[in-house]
Amino acid sequence: MALPEMTYVRAKSLDEACKYASENSARTAVIAGGTDVILQTKELVLQNMGIDTLLDIKEIPGLNRLDFVEGEGLKIGSLTKLYDIQSSEIVKEHIPAVAYAAHYVASPQVRRKGTMAGNICNASPSADTASILLAMNAVIKTHSVKGDREIPMSEFFQGFKKTAIDKEAGEIVTEIDIPELKKGEGSAYFKHAIRKAMDLAIIGVAAWVRMDGNKIEDVRLAVGGAAITPIRLPEAEAILKGNELSDELLEKAGVKASQEISPISDVRASAEYRTDMVRVYTKRAVNKAVETMR
Amino acid sequence: MAKRIIKFKLNGEDIETICQDNITMVDFLRKDMHLTGTKRGCEEGECGACTILLDGRAVDSCLMLAAEADGHEITTIEGVRRGGQLHPIQQEFIDKWALQCGFCTPGMIMSALSLLNENPHPTEHEIRDAISGNLCRCTGYAKIVEAIDAAAEKLAKEVAE
Repeated sequence: MALPEMTYVRAKSLDEACKYASENSARTAVIAGGTDVILQTKELVLQNMGIDTLLDIKEIPGLNRLDFVEGEGLKIGSLTKLYDIQSSEIVKEHIPAVAYAAHYVASPQVRRKGTMAGNICNASPSADTASILLAMNAVIKTHSVKGDREIPMSEFFQGFKKTAIDKEAGEIVTEIDIPELKKGEGSAYFKHAIRKAMDLAIIGVAAWVRMDGNKIEDVRLAVGGAAITPIRLPEAEAILKGNELSDELLEKAGVKASQEISPISDVRASAEYRTDMVRVYTKRAVNKAVETMR
Repeated sequence: MAKRIIKFKLNGEDIETICQDNITMVDFLRKDMHLTGTKRGCEEGECGACTILLDGRAVDSCLMLAAEADGHEITTIEGVRRGGQLHPIQQEFIDKWALQCGFCTPGMIMSALSLLNENPHPTEHEIRDAISGNLCRCTGYAKIVEAIDAAAEKLAKEVAE
């Protein structure tokens, strides 16, 4: 399959990339791994949007890194491959749910090229890493011609396949910060899909909890594949917050979660099925987060 | 038509050539480099028939532009053989009957090679995970898993000797 006519530009530095992306914002798509964008090029999605230039940022030095800072959390450079996140001992030790979520994306071949930053910038409603980043209250660090910025994950998704990234300013994600799990805190991500690999989620639910004994002191829930963007579930969270963990409470929260979403019916599942699975997986995600807390 | 000069290593050999900006790696390998071992299947990163190694790690060459290879190392199925002999993974695919039509085989072998490069003693689960991005419609995978497991053992023995 021939790709449409287009220009490939390789950025050597972050400033150069932001400047180019800003000056050519209407016609340029930024690629890191490129696994989503190259496919969209083939499908003429980009061409129909007037985009004829791919700006490759993957050779920019300093953005392919993964660190854990005690007292802060994981710092994942935007060029770090999903495969390296999934197999990182640091990630598995400190926030295992992040490694699980990374592992759920597509296939090993795609994860060796694709990045977590790309996964969220592509903004698929069912992006596997989006829910756990929402539940973990991650912060997206960026750079643009206007300077540096930090975008809370809760503000990152703005609409269907739309993010807070300021394309006109040539804004590029540089780092994803995920706060560490403190004592009494745990998190989990569950993906419900027909196949184990190369399948989009029917739905995926992520949970973060802070427990005080058996009491849920604080909780954050997020779901993918159930609305036009991955979303938080504030009403279900409110049911859980401040209460003793029990099967009855979880059921109530699960039912509320299933009422907060606006799923569609598609080739993977009906809206009704998604609704019920959000109820089920909300309960499972909270339970797993509690079981695996620090 | 936008074109560029790229320099990269292909199966151990230094290459300097011109490529179009809008050609995918799989098409570039097959049409420009005349290496047709890498198969073109779904062309959307689902089937893994086009799997190659980029800097030693398996990726789909249909989701990669040839231009991205500039400065990097590419290995295709044609570069797997060692000193005129089939690589143990290739030999085990034959010995264990791990192929029928053979279309998925180059991709399977590249995924297996990538796995064994980083994990010389994989469990069955790890083998299955490593080829989860490679579709085979003939074998049912059992023989493929056996072949990769046997190749891992053979390679481990080589290292021990």
